[in-house]
Amino acid sequence: MGMTMTQKILAAHAGLESVTAGQLIEADLDLVLANDITGPVAIHEVERLNKKTVFDKDKIALVPDHFTPNKDIKSAEHCKCVREFAKQHDITNYFEVGEMGIEHALLPEKGLIVAGETCIGADSHTCTYGALGAFSTGVGSTDMGAGMITGKAWFKVPSAIRFVLQGKPKKWVSGKDVILHIIGKIGVDGALYKSMEFTGDGIQHLTMDDRFTIANMAIEAGAKNGIFPVDELTEAYMKEHSAKPYKVYEADADAEYDETYVIELDKLEPTVAFPHLPENTKTVKESGEVRIDQVVIGSCTNGRISDLRAAAEVLKGRHVAPGMRCIVFPATQSIYLQAIEEGLLQTFVMAGAVVSTPTCGPCLGGHMGILAAGERAVSTTNRNFVGRMGHVESEVYLASPAVAAASAVLGRIAEPADLGL
Amino acid sequence: MKANGTVHKYGDNVDTDVIIPARYLNSSDPKELAKHCMEDIDKDFVTKVKSGDIMVANKNFGCGSSREHAPIAIKVAGVSCVIAETFARIFYRNAINIGLPIIECPQAAKEIQAGDTVEIDFDSGVITDVTSGKTYQGQAFPPFMQKIIAAEGLMNYINTKG
Repeated sequence: MGMTMTQKILAAHAGLESVTAGQLIEADLDLVLANDITGPVAIHEVERLNKKTVFDKDKIALVPDHFTPNKDIKSAEHCKCVREFAKQHDITNYFEVGEMGIEHALLPEKGLIVAGETCIGADSHTCTYGALGAFSTGVGSTDMGAGMITGKAWFKVPSAIRFVLQGKPKKWVSGKDVILHIIGKIGVDGALYKSMEFTGDGIQHLTMDDRFTIANMAIEAGAKNGIFPVDELTEAYMKEHSAKPYKVYEADADAEYDETYVIELDKLEPTVAFPHLPENTKTVKESGEVRIDQVVIGSCTNGRISDLRAAAEVLKGRHVAPGMRCIVFPATQSIYLQAIEEGLLQTFVMAGAVVSTPTCGPCLGGHMGILAAGERAVSTTNRNFVGRMGHVESEVYLASPAVAAASAVLGRIAEPADLGL
Repeated sequence: MKANGTVHKYGDNVDTDVIIPARYLNSSDPKELAKHCMEDIDKDFVTKVKSGDIMVANKNFGCGSSREHAPIAIKVAGVSCVIAETFARIFYRNAINIGLPIIECPQAAKEIQAGDTVEIDFDSGVITDVTSGKTYQGQAFPPFMQKIIAAEGLMNYINTKG
């Protein structure tokens, strides 16, 4: 029986010729990641180990991005803990405010992860790097701490669901709409414990940013990882961003899948996930009149340059609705700079939006855009659980940057077509 | 090893944001986290929970964030075991790694009621609802995970491996 793409990467990293779904393996890690929330807990756990030296100072990434720039004294102490650990262990890839970005946009941009590698991160959206053809998954702090010391992690080899993407999406339909549509179809536990393997000729029409967005939200369907095949676009991205050698794995022709879904990209419409689960999807056209108070454009899901370009295209020459708070978060310093050079930030400010330094802040109700009771936000982030962005009686509607921008202008859930675009 | 306690019952998709809201993640102190356990889904939980109590929920318990603060908050609040139809995978790993016993058992998750007294035998995986008199067979852990549990967590297990 053949192996899926994920199974092949895991087998290679476990020193095995083949693996099968359900098998418990120990795999070598190419990258181990933590942030300012999960890092301190991992560092504390490491103190309990007899061996306290890291396995490879070049293969650990520490990115204080959640409550940074430090939102309060306790957060500052957490960041200090991570900073001091990085210094003590001479960690190569520690990113201070000023050079950091939201981890899942930053690591691929810095070339720290490439095709064929394995990565664990103490952040659930670590699955993002599957867009590059890597095996990458979120774990907790203890797993991360153990990974920093041993360079290994145990995994139960996952079975897979295959998503065959066909056709070319319409203008204003992005990776976010694709993944929201899929989660709406299979549910928030539709891929529990499994890989989501994307394939099909429709992939050629998805930008790398679209693929990062799709892989990023695999966890919102419960998946262990999401993974894309490597094509010319992936190779061009890796050559531009990384000097690391990469290895291309392809699923065997006779690989076994638990299920196969065909997604016709050309039939998809701008999509919104209603509170309080990412599976509660409707097209914008089906959404009805939903008035909103805030729009958030950014995050590890949708804070990349093409996301900002899409939002700016909608906001250019327009203004956010009276009383609307529209907050834009470029995901990394490099994206921030590029957005300045392209005039996107000027467009946002002139449209009445504010632009923030890179941070995860509002996505998880940390800081920089918290909602009061009864308030509603359209957000390009990844979760709309109860209380996710603030008060337990607030609401988050997940959407693409283009939908978020159109909603900011009209003060209600809307799509670019509602503005004649 | 056995657990015995009163049941606190929840539904599907109990996410880590309601188990421990991110606004409290500026602390990593287990006792501080436990004070806010389940705050956004059951604000009286921390005043009701007694040491040894049992949490029962339906599918996909612990979905969302990878924050280990979630199983830590549950454990330190006094919960001796979580029974669910299914667990989100990161929560599942985290619970084992920090030594919070969890058991997948769809039938028990469905039938056990809030306030019931439940006893769990971790060696056999048998769950007994003392209130209703029914027993259920929970899913046993594979041997590899049993070793981690027996070592009371991943770090101790790694230390024993040398």
